[in-house]
Amino acid sequence: MNRTFAIMRRELISYFSTPLAYVFIVIFLVLTSTFTFYLGNFYERGQADLSPFFNFHPWLYLFLVPAISMRLWAEERKSGSIELLMTLPIEPREAVLGKFLAAWAFIALALILTFPIWITVNFLGDPDNGVIFAAYLGSLFMAGGFLAVGAFISATTKNQVIAFILSVVACFGFLLAGFSLVLDLFSSWAPQALVDAIASLSFLTHFSNISKGVIDLRDLVYFSLLIAVFLYANTIILHLRKAD
Amino acid sequence: MIDCQGITKKYAHLVAVNDVSFKVSPGEVLGFLGPNGAGKTTTMRIIAGFVTPTTGRALVSGFDVESQSMEAKQKIGYLPEGAPSYPEMTPRSFLEFVADVRGLTKGKKLSRLEEVFALLHLEPVLEQAIDTLSKGYKRRVGLAQAILHDPEVLILDEPTDGLDPNQKHEVRGLINQMSKNKIIVISTHLLEEVEAVCNRAIIIAEGQILVDDTPSNLESRSRFHNAVSLKLVDPSHIEGVRAAIEALNEVTATEIDANNNRMTAFPAPNKMPLAAISELATAQGWEFSEFHLESGRLDEVFRTITAGENV
Repeated sequence: MNRTFAIMRRELISYFSTPLAYVFIVIFLVLTSTFTFYLGNFYERGQADLSPFFNFHPWLYLFLVPAISMRLWAEERKSGSIELLMTLPIEPREAVLGKFLAAWAFIALALILTFPIWITVNFLGDPDNGVIFAAYLGSLFMAGGFLAVGAFISATTKNQVIAFILSVVACFGFLLAGFSLVLDLFSSWAPQALVDAIASLSFLTHFSNISKGVIDLRDLVYFSLLIAVFLYANTIILHLRKAD
Repeated sequence: MIDCQGITKKYAHLVAVNDVSFKVSPGEVLGFLGPNGAGKTTTMRIIAGFVTPTTGRALVSGFDVESQSMEAKQKIGYLPEGAPSYPEMTPRSFLEFVADVRGLTKGKKLSRLEEVFALLHLEPVLEQAIDTLSKGYKRRVGLAQAILHDPEVLILDEPTDGLDPNQKHEVRGLINQMSKNKIIVISTHLLEEVEAVCNRAIIIAEGQILVDDTPSNLESRSRFHNAVSLKLVDPSHIEGVRAAIEALNEVTATEIDANNNRMTAFPAPNKMPLAAISELATAQGWEFSEFHLESGRLDEVFRTITAGENV
Protein backbone atom coordinates (compact mmCIF):
# COMPACT_ATOMS: atom_id res chain seq x y z
CA MET A 1 0.00 0.00 0.00
CA ASN A 2 2.93 2.32 0.74
CA ARG A 3 4.26 1.66 -2.72
CA THR A 4 0.89 2.40 -4.32
CA PHE A 5 0.86 5.64 -2.39
CA ALA A 6 4.43 6.46 -3.48
CA ILE A 7 3.44 5.97 -7.13
CA MET A 8 0.33 8.07 -6.68
CA ARG A 9 2.35 10.84 -5.07
CA ARG A 10 4.94 10.76 -7.85
CA GLU A 11 2.27 10.97 -10.51
CA LEU A 12 0.63 13.95 -8.85
CA ILE A 13 4.00 15.71 -8.57
CA SER A 14 4.41 15.15 -12.31
CA TYR A 15 0.96 16.54 -13.13
CA PHE A 16 1.63 19.75 -11.30
CA SER A 17 5.22 20.25 -12.48
CA THR A 18 4.03 20.46 -16.09
CA PRO A 19 1.38 22.76 -17.61
CA LEU A 20 -0.85 19.69 -18.08
CA ALA A 21 -2.64 20.08 -14.75
CA TYR A 22 -3.33 23.77 -15.13
CA VAL A 23 -4.39 23.56 -18.76
CA PHE A 24 -6.74 20.69 -17.99
CA ILE A 25 -8.35 22.35 -15.00
CA VAL A 26 -8.83 25.68 -16.74
CA ILE A 27 -10.30 24.07 -19.87
CA PHE A 28 -12.55 21.85 -17.79
CA LEU A 29 -13.90 24.77 -15.79
CA VAL A 30 -14.37 26.99 -18.85
CA LEU A 31 -16.16 24.29 -20.81
CA THR A 32 -18.42 23.15 -17.97
CA SER A 33 -19.62 26.69 -17.32
CA THR A 34 -19.96 27.59 -21.00
CA PHE A 35 -22.06 24.52 -21.64
CA THR A 36 -24.15 25.06 -18.54
CA PHE A 37 -25.01 28.66 -19.30
CA TYR A 38 -25.20 28.69 -23.09
CA LEU A 39 -26.18 25.21 -24.21
CA GLY A 40 -27.89 24.20 -20.99
CA ASN A 41 -29.92 27.44 -20.65
CA PHE A 42 -29.23 27.48 -16.92
CA TYR A 43 -31.04 30.80 -16.35
CA GLU A 44 -33.81 30.45 -18.88
CA ARG A 45 -35.02 27.17 -17.42
CA GLY A 46 -35.86 28.93 -14.20
CA GLN A 47 -35.25 25.81 -12.11
CA ALA A 48 -32.98 25.62 -9.10
CA ASP A 49 -31.06 22.50 -10.02
CA LEU A 50 -27.79 21.59 -11.71
CA SER A 51 -28.97 19.22 -14.42
CA PRO A 52 -27.84 21.59 -17.21
CA PHE A 53 -24.41 21.34 -15.60
CA PHE A 54 -24.24 17.58 -15.16
CA ASN A 55 -25.85 16.69 -18.49
CA PHE A 56 -22.72 17.73 -20.34
CA HIS A 57 -20.27 15.83 -18.16
CA PRO A 58 -20.35 12.58 -20.17
CA TRP A 59 -19.52 14.50 -23.36
CA LEU A 60 -16.76 16.51 -21.76
CA TYR A 61 -15.22 13.40 -20.24
CA LEU A 62 -15.33 11.71 -23.61
CA PHE A 63 -12.50 13.97 -24.77
CA LEU A 64 -10.90 15.27 -21.61
CA VAL A 65 -10.43 12.01 -19.70
CA PRO A 66 -8.61 10.24 -22.58
CA ALA A 67 -6.35 13.32 -22.68
CA ILE A 68 -5.33 12.48 -19.13
CA SER A 69 -5.25 8.72 -19.49
CA MET A 70 -3.33 8.56 -22.79
CA ARG A 71 -0.04 9.45 -21.14
CA LEU A 72 -0.34 7.09 -18.15
CA TRP A 73 1.59 4.20 -19.73
CA ALA A 74 2.31 5.24 -23.30
CA GLU A 75 4.59 8.01 -22.07
CA GLU A 76 6.51 5.62 -19.83
CA ARG A 77 6.96 3.22 -22.72
CA LYS A 78 8.08 5.99 -25.05
CA SER A 79 10.59 7.58 -22.67
CA GLY A 80 11.89 4.24 -21.39
CA SER A 81 11.08 5.06 -17.77
CA ILE A 82 8.91 1.94 -17.73
CA GLU A 83 12.17 -0.01 -17.52
CA LEU A 84 12.96 1.81 -14.32
CA LEU A 85 9.45 1.37 -12.92
CA MET A 86 9.26 -2.33 -13.74
CA THR A 87 12.68 -3.09 -12.23
CA LEU A 88 11.87 -1.37 -8.95
CA PRO A 89 10.33 -3.72 -6.41
CA ILE A 90 6.75 -2.80 -7.35
CA GLU A 91 4.01 -5.25 -8.22
CA PRO A 92 2.32 -4.28 -11.51
CA ARG A 93 -1.02 -4.06 -9.71
CA GLU A 94 0.41 -1.50 -7.30
CA ALA A 95 1.70 0.60 -10.18
CA VAL A 96 -1.64 0.32 -12.02
CA LEU A 97 -3.63 1.28 -8.95
CA GLY A 98 -1.28 4.13 -7.98
CA LYS A 99 -1.43 5.69 -11.42
CA PHE A 100 -5.19 5.30 -11.64
CA LEU A 101 -5.80 6.80 -8.21
CA ALA A 102 -3.56 9.76 -8.99
CA ALA A 103 -5.42 10.53 -12.21
CA TRP A 104 -8.77 10.01 -10.51
CA ALA A 105 -7.84 12.27 -7.61
CA PHE A 106 -6.78 14.86 -10.14
CA ILE A 107 -10.14 14.72 -11.92
CA ALA A 108 -11.84 14.88 -8.52
CA LEU A 109 -9.95 18.09 -7.85
CA ALA A 110 -11.13 19.57 -11.16
CA LEU A 111 -14.67 18.56 -10.23
CA ILE A 112 -14.41 20.13 -6.79
CA LEU A 113 -13.23 23.35 -8.37
CA THR A 114 -16.61 23.68 -10.11
CA PHE A 115 -18.07 24.61 -6.70
CA PRO A 116 -18.94 28.21 -7.76
CA ILE A 117 -21.80 26.80 -9.83
CA TRP A 118 -23.12 25.11 -6.70
CA ILE A 119 -22.87 28.38 -4.77
CA THR A 120 -24.61 30.16 -7.65
CA VAL A 121 -27.58 27.82 -7.71
CA ASN A 122 -27.91 28.00 -3.93
CA PHE A 123 -27.77 31.79 -4.12
CA LEU A 124 -30.44 31.96 -6.80
CA GLY A 125 -32.86 29.44 -5.41
CA ASP A 126 -33.36 26.53 -3.09
CA PRO A 127 -32.06 23.40 -4.82
CA ASP A 128 -32.05 19.88 -3.43
CA ASN A 129 -28.41 19.61 -2.32
CA GLY A 130 -28.77 15.87 -1.80
CA VAL A 131 -29.47 15.46 -5.51
CA ILE A 132 -26.49 17.67 -6.36
CA PHE A 133 -24.21 15.64 -4.11
CA ALA A 134 -25.42 12.41 -5.69
CA ALA A 135 -24.81 13.81 -9.14
CA TYR A 136 -21.27 14.85 -8.23
CA LEU A 137 -20.64 11.34 -6.90
CA GLY A 138 -22.05 9.78 -10.06
CA SER A 139 -19.99 12.09 -12.22
CA LEU A 140 -16.82 11.11 -10.36
CA PHE A 141 -17.57 7.40 -10.76
CA MET A 142 -18.29 7.84 -14.43
CA ALA A 143 -14.98 9.68 -14.86
CA GLY A 144 -13.32 6.71 -13.12
CA GLY A 145 -14.89 4.39 -15.68
CA PHE A 146 -13.59 6.46 -18.61
CA LEU A 147 -10.21 6.64 -16.93
CA ALA A 148 -9.88 2.89 -16.38
CA VAL A 149 -10.73 2.20 -20.02
CA GLY A 150 -8.22 4.82 -21.15
CA ALA A 151 -5.46 3.58 -18.83
CA PHE A 152 -5.85 0.07 -20.17
CA ILE A 153 -5.60 1.27 -23.76
CA SER A 154 -2.59 3.44 -22.91
CA ALA A 155 -0.75 0.37 -21.57
CA THR A 156 -1.03 -1.35 -24.95
CA THR A 157 0.91 1.25 -26.97
CA LYS A 158 3.83 3.63 -26.80
CA ASN A 159 2.04 6.14 -28.99
CA GLN A 160 -0.02 8.66 -27.05
CA VAL A 161 -2.03 9.80 -30.06
CA ILE A 162 -3.13 6.24 -30.78
CA ALA A 163 -3.97 5.80 -27.10
CA PHE A 164 -6.08 8.96 -27.21
CA ILE A 165 -8.02 8.09 -30.36
CA LEU A 166 -8.71 4.48 -29.34
CA SER A 167 -9.79 5.61 -25.89
CA VAL A 168 -12.22 8.17 -27.29
CA VAL A 169 -13.72 5.54 -29.59
CA ALA A 170 -13.98 2.94 -26.82
CA CYS A 171 -15.49 5.44 -24.40
CA PHE A 172 -17.93 6.59 -27.08
CA GLY A 173 -19.02 2.99 -27.46
CA PHE A 174 -19.56 2.65 -23.72
CA LEU A 175 -21.35 5.97 -23.54
CA LEU A 176 -23.90 5.08 -26.19
CA ALA A 177 -24.11 1.34 -25.56
CA GLY A 178 -27.79 1.68 -24.72
CA PHE A 179 -28.64 3.52 -27.94
CA SER A 180 -29.51 2.22 -31.36
CA LEU A 181 -26.30 3.67 -32.80
CA VAL A 182 -24.39 0.95 -31.01
CA LEU A 183 -27.10 -1.65 -30.55
CA ASP A 184 -27.91 -1.85 -34.27
CA LEU A 185 -24.41 -3.24 -34.80
CA PHE A 186 -25.41 -6.25 -32.75
CA SER A 187 -29.17 -6.65 -32.91
CA SER A 188 -29.23 -8.20 -36.39
CA TRP A 189 -27.05 -11.19 -35.52
CA ALA A 190 -26.49 -11.42 -31.75
CA PRO A 191 -28.91 -13.17 -29.40
CA GLN A 192 -31.25 -10.86 -27.51
CA ALA A 193 -29.53 -11.63 -24.21
CA LEU A 194 -26.24 -10.29 -25.53
CA VAL A 195 -27.90 -7.17 -26.94
CA ASP A 196 -29.53 -6.57 -23.56
CA ALA A 197 -26.23 -7.09 -21.84
CA ILE A 198 -24.55 -4.55 -24.09
CA ALA A 199 -27.39 -2.11 -23.59
CA SER A 200 -26.99 -2.43 -19.84
CA LEU A 201 -23.36 -1.28 -20.15
CA SER A 202 -24.36 2.20 -21.20
CA PHE A 203 -22.63 4.95 -19.24
CA LEU A 204 -25.38 7.39 -20.10
CA THR A 205 -28.15 5.21 -18.67
CA HIS A 206 -26.30 4.58 -15.45
CA PHE A 207 -25.24 8.19 -15.10
CA SER A 208 -28.65 9.65 -15.81
CA ASN A 209 -30.10 7.63 -12.92
CA ILE A 210 -27.53 9.01 -10.49
CA SER A 211 -27.67 12.55 -11.79
CA LYS A 212 -31.39 12.64 -11.10
CA GLY A 213 -30.50 12.04 -7.48
CA VAL A 214 -31.36 8.37 -7.44
CA ILE A 215 -28.33 6.71 -5.92
CA ASP A 216 -29.06 3.18 -6.94
CA LEU A 217 -26.43 0.84 -5.55
CA ARG A 218 -26.47 -1.00 -8.88
CA ASP A 219 -25.21 2.04 -10.76
CA LEU A 220 -22.30 2.57 -8.39
CA VAL A 221 -21.54 -1.14 -8.45
CA TYR A 222 -21.61 -1.00 -12.24
CA PHE A 223 -18.96 1.72 -12.42
CA SER A 224 -16.89 0.10 -9.66
CA LEU A 225 -16.92 -3.23 -11.47
CA LEU A 226 -16.05 -1.60 -14.76
CA ILE A 227 -13.07 0.14 -13.13
CA ALA A 228 -11.95 -3.10 -11.47
CA VAL A 229 -12.19 -5.11 -14.70
CA PHE A 230 -10.17 -2.63 -16.73
CA LEU A 231 -7.53 -2.14 -14.04
CA TYR A 232 -7.15 -5.90 -13.86
CA ALA A 233 -6.78 -6.07 -17.65
CA ASN A 234 -4.22 -3.27 -17.39
CA THR A 235 -2.21 -5.34 -14.90
CA ILE A 236 -2.29 -8.35 -17.18
CA ILE A 237 -1.08 -6.28 -20.14
CA LEU A 238 1.85 -5.08 -18.02
CA HIS A 239 2.73 -8.64 -17.07
CA LEU A 240 2.60 -9.75 -20.69
CA ARG A 241 4.32 -6.77 -22.24
CA LYS A 242 6.78 -5.27 -19.81
CA ALA A 243 9.47 -4.50 -22.31
CA ASP A 244 8.02 -4.05 -25.78
CA MET B 1 25.45 -14.31 -6.32
CA ILE B 2 24.09 -14.00 -9.83
CA ASP B 3 23.38 -17.30 -11.52
CA CYS B 4 22.28 -17.30 -15.14
CA GLN B 5 21.20 -20.71 -16.32
CA GLY B 6 20.89 -21.22 -20.07
CA ILE B 7 19.25 -17.91 -20.81
CA THR B 8 17.80 -17.60 -24.29
CA LYS B 9 15.74 -14.70 -25.59
CA LYS B 10 14.15 -14.98 -29.00
CA TYR B 11 12.34 -12.21 -30.79
CA ALA B 12 10.33 -12.66 -33.98
CA HIS B 13 13.28 -12.18 -36.30
CA LEU B 14 16.33 -12.70 -34.16
CA VAL B 15 17.83 -14.55 -31.25
CA ALA B 16 19.09 -11.78 -28.98
CA VAL B 17 20.63 -14.04 -26.36
CA ASN B 18 21.46 -17.65 -27.09
CA ASP B 19 21.93 -20.11 -24.22
CA VAL B 20 24.04 -17.91 -21.98
CA SER B 21 25.14 -19.29 -18.60
CA PHE B 22 27.46 -17.70 -16.07
CA LYS B 23 27.79 -17.04 -12.36
CA VAL B 24 29.08 -13.97 -10.60
CA SER B 25 30.21 -14.03 -6.96
CA PRO B 26 30.53 -11.20 -4.41
CA GLY B 27 33.67 -9.14 -4.93
CA GLU B 28 33.61 -9.67 -8.67
CA VAL B 29 33.27 -6.74 -11.03
CA LEU B 30 32.18 -8.24 -14.31
CA GLY B 31 32.60 -6.26 -17.50
CA PHE B 32 30.24 -7.10 -20.32
CA LEU B 33 31.85 -6.40 -23.67
CA GLY B 34 30.58 -6.81 -27.14
CA PRO B 35 29.72 -5.03 -30.35
CA ASN B 36 26.42 -3.16 -30.57
CA GLY B 37 23.51 -5.57 -30.79
CA ALA B 38 25.51 -8.41 -29.23
CA GLY B 39 22.93 -9.06 -26.50
CA LYS B 40 24.55 -7.19 -23.60
CA THR B 41 21.54 -5.04 -22.80
CA THR B 42 19.07 -7.90 -23.23
CA THR B 43 21.08 -10.07 -20.83
CA MET B 44 21.19 -7.28 -18.26
CA ARG B 45 17.47 -6.64 -18.67
CA ILE B 46 16.79 -10.31 -18.04
CA ILE B 47 18.84 -10.26 -14.82
CA ALA B 48 17.08 -7.05 -13.73
CA GLY B 49 13.68 -8.67 -14.35
CA PHE B 50 12.57 -6.37 -17.16
CA VAL B 51 12.70 -8.90 -19.99
CA THR B 52 11.38 -12.42 -19.55
CA PRO B 53 13.72 -15.00 -21.09
CA THR B 54 12.24 -17.39 -23.65
CA THR B 55 13.98 -20.26 -21.89
CA GLY B 56 16.38 -20.53 -18.96
CA ARG B 57 16.33 -18.54 -15.76
CA ALA B 58 18.33 -16.06 -13.76
CA LEU B 59 18.79 -16.21 -9.99
CA VAL B 60 19.87 -13.23 -7.92
CA SER B 61 20.93 -14.02 -4.36
CA GLY B 62 19.04 -17.29 -4.76
CA PHE B 63 15.78 -15.67 -5.91
CA ASP B 64 14.40 -16.40 -9.35
CA VAL B 65 13.93 -13.00 -11.00
CA GLU B 66 10.69 -14.14 -12.61
CA SER B 67 8.88 -16.17 -9.96
CA GLN B 68 10.32 -14.35 -6.91
CA SER B 69 10.70 -11.00 -8.60
CA MET B 70 9.97 -8.80 -5.57
CA GLU B 71 12.67 -10.43 -3.44
CA ALA B 72 15.17 -10.36 -6.32
CA LYS B 73 14.44 -6.73 -7.19
CA GLN B 74 15.06 -5.68 -3.58
CA LYS B 75 18.60 -7.04 -3.92
CA ILE B 76 19.34 -5.33 -7.22
CA GLY B 77 20.31 -1.79 -8.09
CA TYR B 78 19.84 -1.28 -11.82
CA LEU B 79 20.87 1.51 -14.12
CA PRO B 80 19.03 0.97 -17.42
CA GLU B 81 20.64 1.92 -20.71
CA GLY B 82 20.37 5.67 -21.21
CA ALA B 83 19.51 6.23 -17.53
CA PRO B 84 15.78 6.90 -18.00
CA SER B 85 13.97 8.85 -15.30
CA TYR B 86 11.05 11.23 -15.04
CA PRO B 87 12.14 14.41 -16.85
CA GLU B 88 9.67 16.74 -15.15
CA MET B 89 10.79 15.81 -11.64
CA THR B 90 13.71 17.25 -9.73
CA PRO B 91 16.54 14.91 -8.68
CA ARG B 92 15.42 15.32 -5.07
CA SER B 93 11.77 14.38 -5.64
CA PHE B 94 12.77 11.57 -8.01
CA LEU B 95 15.19 10.01 -5.54
CA GLU B 96 12.70 10.45 -2.70
CA PHE B 97 10.21 8.52 -4.80
CA VAL B 98 12.71 5.70 -5.34
CA ALA B 99 13.48 5.63 -1.61
CA ASP B 100 9.75 5.40 -0.80
CA VAL B 101 9.22 2.58 -3.28
CA ARG B 102 12.27 0.79 -1.91
CA GLY B 103 10.67 1.03 1.52
CA LEU B 104 13.50 2.87 3.26
CA THR B 105 12.46 3.99 6.75
CA LYS B 106 12.28 7.70 7.35
CA GLY B 107 15.62 8.08 9.14
CA LYS B 108 17.43 5.75 6.77
CA LYS B 109 15.91 7.54 3.81
CA LEU B 110 17.20 10.94 4.88
CA SER B 111 20.70 9.72 5.66
CA ARG B 112 20.99 7.68 2.47
CA LEU B 113 19.73 10.56 0.34
CA GLU B 114 22.36 12.87 1.85
CA GLU B 115 25.00 10.21 1.24
CA VAL B 116 24.23 9.69 -2.44
CA PHE B 117 23.81 13.42 -3.06
CA ALA B 118 27.34 13.89 -1.72
CA LEU B 119 28.77 10.78 -3.39
CA LEU B 120 27.56 11.80 -6.84
CA HIS B 121 27.91 15.57 -6.32
CA LEU B 122 24.25 16.24 -7.02
CA GLU B 123 23.83 19.12 -4.54
CA PRO B 124 23.95 21.95 -7.13
CA VAL B 125 21.07 20.55 -9.21
CA LEU B 126 18.74 19.04 -6.60
CA GLU B 127 15.90 21.48 -7.28
CA GLN B 128 16.20 21.62 -11.07
CA ALA B 129 13.99 19.58 -13.41
CA ILE B 130 15.91 16.51 -14.60
CA ASP B 131 14.92 17.50 -18.13
CA THR B 132 17.15 20.56 -17.94
CA LEU B 133 20.24 18.76 -16.65
CA SER B 134 23.34 17.91 -18.68
CA LYS B 135 23.87 14.35 -19.84
CA GLY B 136 26.46 13.82 -17.12
CA TYR B 137 24.10 14.89 -14.35
CA LYS B 138 21.28 12.76 -15.76
CA ARG B 139 23.59 9.75 -15.71
CA ARG B 140 24.57 10.50 -12.13
CA VAL B 141 20.92 10.78 -11.09
CA GLY B 142 20.46 7.32 -12.61
CA LEU B 143 23.45 5.99 -10.69
CA ALA B 144 22.17 7.57 -7.48
CA GLN B 145 18.86 5.78 -8.00
CA ALA B 146 20.68 2.46 -8.47
CA ILE B 147 22.86 2.66 -5.34
CA LEU B 148 20.32 4.36 -3.07
CA HIS B 149 19.36 1.24 -1.13
CA ASP B 150 22.95 -0.05 -0.94
CA PRO B 151 22.11 -3.19 -2.96
CA GLU B 152 24.04 -6.45 -2.97
CA VAL B 153 23.96 -6.58 -6.74
CA LEU B 154 24.58 -3.65 -9.04
CA ILE B 155 23.79 -3.88 -12.73
CA LEU B 156 24.95 -0.85 -14.67
CA ASP B 157 24.31 -0.58 -18.39
CA GLU B 158 26.96 1.79 -19.76
CA PRO B 159 27.41 3.75 -16.53
CA THR B 160 29.96 6.24 -17.90
CA ASP B 161 28.36 6.90 -21.28
CA GLY B 162 28.17 10.64 -21.84
CA LEU B 163 30.41 11.60 -18.93
CA ASP B 164 33.50 13.74 -19.37
CA PRO B 165 36.90 12.25 -18.47
CA ASN B 166 36.85 13.63 -14.92
CA GLN B 167 33.36 12.30 -14.28
CA LYS B 168 34.33 8.93 -15.76
CA HIS B 169 37.27 8.79 -13.41
CA GLU B 170 35.01 9.56 -10.46
CA VAL B 171 32.38 7.00 -11.39
CA ARG B 172 35.08 4.37 -11.81
CA GLY B 173 36.48 5.31 -8.42
CA LEU B 174 32.98 4.90 -7.00
CA ILE B 175 32.62 1.46 -8.57
CA ASN B 176 36.02 0.38 -7.24
CA GLN B 177 35.08 1.65 -3.81
CA MET B 178 31.83 -0.31 -3.76
CA SER B 179 33.22 -3.46 -5.34
CA LYS B 180 34.60 -5.12 -2.19
CA ASN B 181 31.43 -6.73 -0.94
CA LYS B 182 29.09 -6.37 -3.89
CA ILE B 183 28.48 -8.02 -7.20
CA ILE B 184 28.83 -5.51 -9.96
CA VAL B 185 28.04 -6.11 -13.61
CA ILE B 186 28.76 -3.30 -16.05
CA SER B 187 28.46 -3.15 -19.79
CA THR B 188 30.68 -0.87 -21.76
CA HIS B 189 32.23 -0.11 -25.10
CA LEU B 190 35.29 1.33 -23.47
CA LEU B 191 38.07 -1.18 -23.05
CA GLU B 192 40.04 1.11 -20.81
CA GLU B 193 37.10 0.92 -18.43
CA VAL B 194 37.45 -2.84 -18.21
CA GLU B 195 41.09 -2.45 -17.25
CA ALA B 196 40.22 0.28 -14.75
CA VAL B 197 37.40 -1.41 -12.81
CA CYS B 198 36.76 -5.02 -13.79
CA ASN B 199 38.38 -8.15 -12.47
CA ARG B 200 36.51 -10.32 -14.94
CA ALA B 201 35.42 -9.78 -18.52
CA ILE B 202 32.88 -11.54 -20.68
CA ILE B 203 32.93 -10.87 -24.39
CA ILE B 204 29.60 -11.54 -26.02
CA ALA B 205 28.70 -11.43 -29.70
CA GLU B 206 25.54 -12.51 -31.49
CA GLY B 207 24.03 -13.55 -28.21
CA GLN B 208 26.75 -15.97 -27.20
CA ILE B 209 29.61 -15.81 -24.75
CA LEU B 210 32.90 -15.98 -26.64
CA VAL B 211 35.32 -15.36 -23.82
CA ASP B 212 35.05 -15.34 -20.03
CA ASP B 213 38.36 -14.43 -18.45
CA THR B 214 40.26 -11.86 -16.40
CA PRO B 215 41.30 -8.68 -18.20
CA SER B 216 45.01 -9.52 -17.73
CA ASN B 217 44.55 -12.97 -19.26
CA LEU B 218 42.73 -11.34 -22.13
CA GLU B 219 45.64 -8.99 -22.64
CA SER B 220 48.03 -11.92 -22.76
CA ARG B 221 46.13 -13.20 -25.78
CA SER B 222 47.23 -10.12 -27.64
CA ARG B 223 50.16 -10.44 -29.99
CA PHE B 224 51.42 -7.29 -28.30
CA HIS B 225 51.73 -9.13 -25.00
CA ASN B 226 55.40 -8.85 -23.88
CA ALA B 227 56.28 -7.07 -27.12
CA VAL B 228 58.82 -4.22 -26.96
CA SER B 229 58.14 -0.85 -28.52
CA LEU B 230 60.97 1.56 -29.16
CA LYS B 231 61.81 4.74 -30.99
CA LEU B 232 65.30 5.78 -32.02
CA VAL B 233 66.62 9.27 -31.36
CA ASP B 234 68.07 9.15 -34.87
CA PRO B 235 65.55 7.27 -37.07
CA SER B 236 67.88 7.18 -40.09
CA HIS B 237 69.61 3.90 -39.18
CA ILE B 238 66.37 2.16 -38.12
CA GLU B 239 66.75 -0.54 -40.77
CA GLY B 240 70.08 -1.70 -39.27
CA VAL B 241 68.57 -1.81 -35.81
CA ARG B 242 65.61 -3.74 -37.15
CA ALA B 243 67.82 -6.38 -38.75
CA ALA B 244 69.82 -6.82 -35.55
CA ILE B 245 66.69 -7.18 -33.42
CA GLU B 246 65.02 -9.60 -35.84
CA ALA B 247 68.11 -11.79 -35.61
CA LEU B 248 67.46 -12.38 -31.91
CA ASN B 249 66.01 -15.76 -30.89
CA GLU B 250 63.43 -14.09 -28.65
CA VAL B 251 61.88 -12.09 -31.49
CA THR B 252 59.65 -13.46 -34.24
CA ALA B 253 58.93 -10.31 -36.18
CA THR B 254 59.14 -6.55 -36.10
CA GLU B 255 56.86 -3.86 -37.38
CA ILE B 256 57.59 -0.20 -38.00
CA ASP B 257 54.81 2.34 -37.81
CA ALA B 258 55.53 4.60 -40.79
CA ASN B 259 53.79 7.55 -39.15
CA ASN B 260 56.00 7.94 -36.13
CA ASN B 261 58.90 5.53 -36.73
CA ARG B 262 57.96 3.47 -33.71
CA MET B 263 59.24 -0.06 -34.00
CA THR B 264 57.54 -2.96 -32.25
CA ALA B 265 59.35 -6.26 -31.74
CA PHE B 266 56.99 -9.19 -31.22
CA PRO B 267 58.11 -12.00 -28.93
CA ALA B 268 58.69 -15.59 -30.02
CA PRO B 269 56.33 -18.03 -28.25
CA ASN B 270 56.89 -17.99 -24.46
CA LYS B 271 59.85 -15.62 -24.73
CA MET B 272 60.50 -12.22 -23.15
CA PRO B 273 62.57 -10.20 -25.63
CA LEU B 274 62.93 -7.16 -23.34
CA ALA B 275 66.21 -8.16 -21.67
CA ALA B 276 67.86 -9.36 -24.88
CA ILE B 277 66.98 -6.18 -26.75
CA SER B 278 68.21 -3.89 -24.02
CA GLU B 279 71.52 -5.81 -23.76
CA LEU B 280 71.93 -5.53 -27.51
CA ALA B 281 71.16 -1.82 -27.36
CA THR B 282 73.75 -1.21 -24.65
CA ALA B 283 76.35 -3.19 -26.60
CA GLN B 284 75.63 -1.33 -29.84
CA GLY B 285 75.22 2.07 -28.20
CA TRP B 286 71.72 2.77 -29.64
CA GLU B 287 69.97 5.79 -28.25
CA PHE B 288 66.22 5.52 -27.70
CA SER B 289 63.72 8.29 -27.19
CA GLU B 290 61.18 5.66 -26.17
CA PHE B 291 61.61 2.10 -24.97
CA HIS B 292 58.91 0.10 -23.21
CA LEU B 293 57.28 -3.25 -22.64
CA GLU B 294 53.76 -3.76 -23.99
CA SER B 295 51.32 -5.56 -21.71
CA GLY B 296 48.91 -6.36 -24.52
CA ARG B 297 46.15 -4.43 -26.18
CA LEU B 298 42.56 -5.23 -25.22
CA ASP B 299 41.08 -3.44 -28.19
CA GLU B 300 43.10 -5.65 -30.51
CA VAL B 301 42.03 -8.82 -28.65
CA PHE B 302 38.44 -7.62 -28.73
CA ARG B 303 38.58 -7.05 -32.47
CA THR B 304 40.22 -10.40 -33.17
CA ILE B 305 37.68 -12.30 -31.09
CA THR B 306 34.52 -10.56 -32.23
CA ALA B 307 35.53 -10.18 -35.88
CA GLY B 308 36.80 -13.78 -36.03
CA GLU B 309 33.34 -14.92 -35.01
CA ASN B 310 31.62 -12.91 -37.71
CA VAL B 311 33.67 -14.34 -40.58
